[in-house]
Amino acid sequence: MNEPLTLVDLVFYGVAALTVLSGAYAVFSGNIVRAVFSLMGTFFGVAVLYGLLAADFVAVIQVLVYVGGILVLMLFAVMLSGNIETAARSNRAGSIILGGLVGIVLLLFLITLAVQGPWIQTDPEAYRATTASIGKMLLGKALLPFELLSVVLLGVVIGAVVIARSRKSEEADS
Amino acid sequence: MSHVGLEHFLVVGAILFTLGIVCVLTRRNAVAVLIGIELILNAAGLNLIAFSRYGGQSLEGSVFVLFIIVLAAAEAAVALALILAIQRRLKTVDVDRTDSLKG
Repeated sequence: MNEPLTLVDLVFYGVAALTVLSGAYAVFSGNIVRAVFSLMGTFFGVAVLYGLLAADFVAVIQVLVYVGGILVLMLFAVMLSGNIETAARSNRAGSIILGGLVGIVLLLFLITLAVQGPWIQTDPEAYRATTASIGKMLLGKALLPFELLSVVLLGVVIGAVVIARSRKSEEADS
Repeated sequence: MSHVGLEHFLVVGAILFTLGIVCVLTRRNAVAVLIGIELILNAAGLNLIAFSRYGGQSLEGSVFVLFIIVLAAAEAAVALALILAIQRRLKTVDVDRTDSLKG
């Protein structure tokens, strides 16, 4: 363990710090708009960590779906709900003491588990492209969940439109 | 040989997961609760990918995480539609004040 740090190690520590710090800011910031923007750092950081773990396709999908989709959706929800003038205190905290206590206990437990646990490990192979194999797997071994997911997405699209539709348009319909 | 191993990724995942749990438990804004849920899902995905990288090089981890990402996007869309509906009806997104069903 006394080898000099390689470039991969430096990238890992930098990106891990970015991920954790922007995640912490997203959780503890009192301003919901800043919290959502700070979440972008976490999502990018997790995408780079996926890249370091040789999951190139998942890293690209993470950036596309989370940063390009979910984050924008959240910003829309923030802008459409609540008064924008009260953004500075839009994210008040509830039971800080109880939540902090649960958090500290959980963090200690999980880190002890992660560091001590006797994980069965094999030496990682060299990086190689995974997109083609993932495509073959989605249309082979994982075909049933893949097709079920398309039904779920259809239901979600219809459900989201029905729920979010305003009552004014209902009155206009009838 | 780099000295970052499986445990390093697991610790990052543990910290993200804890942040998400604390966010869900303490925040009052419904959008912030959703932020916590996204942090939890990211932590779970990071663990899955790390285990699949260091535990035999199979692609099952990647496929699982793809499914998680799709379901997270679906969940975010429905949750945000719900938040908009609640905001329209109750004029607030404070999860402590949406208690009309409480006896």
